[in-house]
Amino acid sequence: MRIYNEPLTAMSKEHKKTERVAAEDVKRVAELAYLELTAQEEVHMQRDLNAILDYVAQMNELDTSVVEPMAQVAEVLGGISGDLRTDIPHPSLPRDQVMAEAPETDGTFFKVPKVIER
Amino acid sequence: MIKTDTALPTVQELRKGLAAHTISATEIARSCFERIDSEDETIHAFLALDREGAVKKAAEIDAAAENGEALPALAGVPTGIKDVLTQEGLPATAGSKILEGYRPPYTATAVRRLMDAGAVLLGKLNCDEFAMGSSNENSAYGPVRNPHATDRVPGGSSGGSAAAIAAGMAMVTLGTDTGGSIRQPASFCGVVGVLPTYGRVSRYGLIAFASSLDRVGPFAATVRDTATVLGVIAGHDPMDATSSTEPVPDYSAGIDAGVSRLRIGIPREYFADGLDAEVRAAVEAGIEALRAAGAEIKPISLPHTRYAVPTYYVIATAEASANLARFDGVRYGYRAPGADTLSAMYRCSREGGFGPEVKRRIMLGTYVLSAGYYDAYYKKAQQVRRLLTNDFLSAFKEVDAIVTPTAPTPAFKLGEKVDDPMSMYLADIYTVTASLAGICGISVPCGKSRDGLPIGMQILCKHFDEATTFRVGQTVEDWRAQ
Repeated sequence: MRIYNEPLTAMSKEHKKTERVAAEDVKRVAELAYLELTAQEEVHMQRDLNAILDYVAQMNELDTSVVEPMAQVAEVLGGISGDLRTDIPHPSLPRDQVMAEAPETDGTFFKVPKVIER
Repeated sequence: MIKTDTALPTVQELRKGLAAHTISATEIARSCFERIDSEDETIHAFLALDREGAVKKAAEIDAAAENGEALPALAGVPTGIKDVLTQEGLPATAGSKILEGYRPPYTATAVRRLMDAGAVLLGKLNCDEFAMGSSNENSAYGPVRNPHATDRVPGGSSGGSAAAIAAGMAMVTLGTDTGGSIRQPASFCGVVGVLPTYGRVSRYGLIAFASSLDRVGPFAATVRDTATVLGVIAGHDPMDATSSTEPVPDYSAGIDAGVSRLRIGIPREYFADGLDAEVRAAVEAGIEALRAAGAEIKPISLPHTRYAVPTYYVIATAEASANLARFDGVRYGYRAPGADTLSAMYRCSREGGFGPEVKRRIMLGTYVLSAGYYDAYYKKAQQVRRLLTNDFLSAFKEVDAIVTPTAPTPAFKLGEKVDDPMSMYLADIYTVTASLAGICGISVPCGKSRDGLPIGMQILCKHFDEATTFRVGQTVEDWRAQ
């Protein structure tokens, strides 16, 4: 059954093309995220982030000055228990099972390259 | 196209057959492996198989049936698990190179509950890397193909889970849904997929993408089978603080109650530009069938709908950037060789281990959480999330269920959207809303395009009202079977 006849635009068709993210922003964010992007990846990343953020900017059409942020749906539900479980120690996974997955280990510790650079 | 009218029984039929000794679990498991052997080279739904474990479990079920023992709810049901959920003894790659070869030392709660209910676990299913994608083309192990048209995508991110059902390789599969990753592939592959209420199913053992949005849910060929599986996996788990203590009802009990006098809302924003004409026609026919079955159809408005995709991509990527910080080459997974400092080892391992879409989302998430942008993006998105949730809470004062298309189009072609992240993100336009609001939903087949591609209807209900989604879904399924 036809419910709606008149066309309605659900999505804004035109987004302003602005350069929100500069090349140096890509480098800075990659550093924060511990990603070692190649030069080509940086170029693509800048293009994609700008396209996505232009689209995301639609949120600014809404006045949210009196709206409380919602981090988790649990806060609008009565059903999810806010109770934390009792703090009783339980055995952890056996060390040998965990170490079996480590890229490098001496059996007791995870081994990594040197931490302090000189 | 491969044969999609599968010879597999439903969960109920199998149960009856086992009790009456007319079917054996071993035989059913064997026919699934035969399908996998003949079709999965093309479809590529499975990333790992456990033939030995499956055969052993099936034999145990057959022995129990032979002895006349009471059979558990999913006795002998051949089941596949999306590879973002852990099952001890099998790999868990999350579709990523960074977890290649990783064998988790513990089993996810949802998987454990399936095992305890007698399910025969066949193996792990392909998916987009870390469940990030709408086409399954982001899997580091290669894409899954749609069994209805092998030049098309199965949807994503739970593409393997949906395709395995459509191709008759499993009776039940588990998937996960963060922004539509169960419902959209269910729609594309012509199967039933369930998005349970946030907190209904434990996330313990799920490799996290966006913790405030991630949900685990079932796929099957029929609505009733998904209801049975949800009844098994739902319920509180002390290992997941966000899992709900709300009692789990018998989802099968009222499933045939019909929709007489049920108030069903049709949100105008979901029938706007961008909706494919054939999808629209199929969903409208389904709505007509619900009206004919006695439902009261009411036009409604969910006014903030157009802000859902922007909001979703801020919140989901922000949470992902934090969750994926754990992949650093220290404790498990891929470590890049040759780095001479810890910091270089982190960076090179992550650079080499993650694929392009995962990097894009980590970058976007890190950006929106970074100093100076937090309020403009992350806090703003959380505020819009509340407005979107309030849209649903208001609507559910007027209606019992909301019906929409699951996706704006039928399955698209492989390669069609891979170079344009924004167009890929818009494949989730009708599904991200329920994800943000935490409500439950289901996608049920409601028609086919002229090219024979499946079209899904999405049914949404308020928090913890899965029973009504099943009731409406069953009505649509009964109408389709006429």
